[in-house]
Amino acid sequence: MALELLPQVKAVLILDEDGGRVSCKYHDRKEFPNLGAEAMFEHKLFRKTKSVHAPTEADVVLLDDVVAVFRSGLDVHLYVVGSTDENELILTAVLDALHETLLILLRGQIDRRTLLDNLALVLLSIDELVDAGKILEIDPSAIANRVLMRGADARGPQSSDVNFPQAIASVREEFIKRMGN
Amino acid sequence: MNSSEDLYRANSIRVLSRIIDATMLGAIERYLKQAIVDKNSLVSSSALVSGILLYKISPEVVRRWVNEVTEGVSSQHEMVQYHALSLLYQIKAHDKLAVSKLVTQLSKSPMRSPLAVCLLIRYMSKILHDDISATNARAAYQFLESSLRHRSDMVMYEAARAICNLPGVEMNDLSPAINVLQMFLTSVKPALKFGTMRTLSEVAAKYPMSILKCNSDMEVLISDPNRSIATLAITTLLKTGSEGSVDRLMKQISSFMNEIADEFKIVVVKAIRQLCLKYPLKHRVLVGFLATFLREEGGFEFKKAITDCIVELMTAIPETKEMSLFHLCDFIEDCEFTALSTQILSLVGELGPSTSAPARYIRFIYNRVILENAAVRAAAVPALAKFAARLPSLRPSIRVLIKRSLLDEDDEVRDRATVALTLLGDNDGEDEAGADALVEGGHGAEETKGDGPATAGPPLGKPTTAHLLLEALPMSFSSLEKAVKAYHQHMPATAGQPLVLSSLPVVEEVAVPTGIVAKGAGKDGRSGSASAAEVAPDDPAEHVYKVPELERLGRVFRSATPVELTESETEYVVRCVKHIMDGYVVLDFTISNTIEEQMLRNVTVEVEQSDPDLYEVEASVALPELKCGDTGHAYVVLKLAEGNAAEPAAFSCELKFQALDVDPATGLLEGDEDEEGFEEEYPLEQLNIATADFMAKVSLGDFRRGWEQMGAEAEVLEKFALGFKRLQEAVAAVEDFLGMQTCDGTGSVAAGKKEHALHLCGIFVGNVPVLVRAQLNVDPQAGCILKIAVRSNQPDVSRMVADCIQ
Repeated sequence: MALELLPQVKAVLILDEDGGRVSCKYHDRKEFPNLGAEAMFEHKLFRKTKSVHAPTEADVVLLDDVVAVFRSGLDVHLYVVGSTDENELILTAVLDALHETLLILLRGQIDRRTLLDNLALVLLSIDELVDAGKILEIDPSAIANRVLMRGADARGPQSSDVNFPQAIASVREEFIKRMGN
Repeated sequence: MNSSEDLYRANSIRVLSRIIDATMLGAIERYLKQAIVDKNSLVSSSALVSGILLYKISPEVVRRWVNEVTEGVSSQHEMVQYHALSLLYQIKAHDKLAVSKLVTQLSKSPMRSPLAVCLLIRYMSKILHDDISATNARAAYQFLESSLRHRSDMVMYEAARAICNLPGVEMNDLSPAINVLQMFLTSVKPALKFGTMRTLSEVAAKYPMSILKCNSDMEVLISDPNRSIATLAITTLLKTGSEGSVDRLMKQISSFMNEIADEFKIVVVKAIRQLCLKYPLKHRVLVGFLATFLREEGGFEFKKAITDCIVELMTAIPETKEMSLFHLCDFIEDCEFTALSTQILSLVGELGPSTSAPARYIRFIYNRVILENAAVRAAAVPALAKFAARLPSLRPSIRVLIKRSLLDEDDEVRDRATVALTLLGDNDGEDEAGADALVEGGHGAEETKGDGPATAGPPLGKPTTAHLLLEALPMSFSSLEKAVKAYHQHMPATAGQPLVLSSLPVVEEVAVPTGIVAKGAGKDGRSGSASAAEVAPDDPAEHVYKVPELERLGRVFRSATPVELTESETEYVVRCVKHIMDGYVVLDFTISNTIEEQMLRNVTVEVEQSDPDLYEVEASVALPELKCGDTGHAYVVLKLAEGNAAEPAAFSCELKFQALDVDPATGLLEGDEDEEGFEEEYPLEQLNIATADFMAKVSLGDFRRGWEQMGAEAEVLEKFALGFKRLQEAVAAVEDFLGMQTCDGTGSVAAGKKEHALHLCGIFVGNVPVLVRAQLNVDPQAGCILKIAVRSNQPDVSRMVADCIQ
């Protein structure tokens, strides 16, 4: 009851240019109870969106009783799916966060090959983005850092900040600590 | 989860919350509470999101975190703020006052996270939805309005949407939101344009005038590359368009229709139907427009939508009838969908003969007989027969045409042709009036086919005892099917009687909840089928037939809805269903025992009536044994006294039983098996039998014709003053008093009207059809005046029905 008001993401999908799966994460088990329902939905979604190319701005499509916002990479489409009465801009914010994160993680290359080569990063990004349908984080650099286990916040990568003497110092400290044991 | 590394802590919390159960939660609760107020945003977000998940498992534990969560709402980090707000709301959701306090308080101190503000807007509008007259409604609206000026699009859109969806929003309050939406229409973001268009189209349905100023912006969007946006723009324009702009819009649409998918076309067709109903003068353009689409490529759903739309317009706007019929005939000349062809053929048969030049349609129909598949041919033959029956001048030529179908390769077509010819032939010599009294050729054939040999149906081959050919069946096919099934199940009750329509059990129409106005076309279909599955009720009288003592009473005429005779949380819960039979009323008490230490034996219900002349308690069937948690039935048979048709009466009821002690652990008797137990009595609430209980809610086909046929011989006219201030309330009350089915969609009252005509029909016990016309007038000072006219074929029944009004 109270949860109905909370923005819910039903699914985050990445499909290739033939409508095949690259990565799919469904959060709504009522709407998509099994693999068959998922596949049917993906097929329908892809048929409606394959001709649209949306590299810079998220486009939107209404499908039965869900709204999907999507963006295109080189040969892939990224989708974020929500219920029809969801605020489309919230979904777009989630989609943009995913897109940006992948740009950071994959150094600007969003295509099928790179995504599959770095599937672990892709899956982790999606997990950090949305947890059980609830939006967890929409700051791309924070997500990227968490995926790479570099820290929990949006600060830049720590390793580059550390200069040589500092590194030596920290190694020495660590060494002494262990000697102590 | 005690690691010094933030990431490890956060992730372990997320994982733990997924796998933990309520008993384990206590062990880590302390850490979770700590994590909520952690200075790292990820850790505290993770803990809060876990809290939302864990709330389902053990709400009482999560409720204890309320202080920590409240602290989170004022956090530095945007996401923490958002998550804390959603969890806090969930914790407090059951307490309206607390929610309202929380929301009001938060709306004063601006929050940083746009997501959190969106959420706050939703909570706010929820409060306004629940109670528009709340004392702080004005402040709430001001918060929404100020959110329209937020820096983030997301918040502005959410606020505009919330304002547009407020119940009973005033024009003045709406306009700032519309201004914002108008600005969004020129945005470059498709998602924003789409959302805006959707909101506007919803507003257009309620307040078309308020968005006139957006019209020019919307017209630009018709050529938007995103088809969803373009369709929404078109349909919205169709709703707001003035009569003068219809032609221009139609031109724009026709250039655009070829490019869009079928489901969008259906949306457009529906919008055109609305427009046509609004501006009936434009019907020529609009129906012509629909007909062009009918000729173009398209799937079944699309074609069906158009045909349905044209047919609906035909009934709503009589001037379109002839033109539309021609368009439809044109369509079936080249139609690949059998279902549509047959539907149109039967429609032509129905309406064609009454047009100005009926002969023109014969060619269309006969072409079907020559060219089409068996199902369409079978539909064409009765259509021809109807022309012949109604128009004596055409009869000889049509008989020649039908004769050719006698050699058809399909047996159904041959059967129908034979039936039609026999009827037409026998009536050949008779005068004009006789032509109307023909057997129901088409329907008769379908009936015998559908119901198998069990139904002899109306005697087909004997035109002298024939049913009226041009009359529709007195009930719908689905209720006919139900009735025949019910008849089959309870054969012994009626063994030996011939099966005719009037001896079939009365099937009450179950009001299928029309459901919430579905958002998408797909949803509509789904919810429809789902509710149909839910409704399929078991016969409430099912178990009555299984009781040997009650078998001799015959068939149950109707069963009233259950009445509770106790509160739902008392020791023994009793509810009563009244089964009405011819001359008897069976009171069916459903009793459940909720006391673990007791077993009930020999349970009866004793009824005592206020006026002993009306009913006579003839028999009582006891429930032999009732264990805890079980539910059983006890019955009381009331015989209607001589001269009492269906008088209202009140009964005081008392539950009587022997209580035996039972060991709750084992469920076994504590004493001996044949111990007597102690007698006990348990008073129940009073039970009323009203005249309306004897009335079955059944629709009887065409009300107007039924009314005229019934005649005024047994008419009763009455005038009442009722204490209602609102028309809709009065209508509902009249329906309730009489227990009858509303006809012709007169059950709903147009807003703002001062008077209303209500048509009701039903079947009274003993298969007496009753029709009621009621005229209601509401006067703010005097209350409600009801004039009622009741017709049936028995004066005393009419009188009794009229007396139902209290």
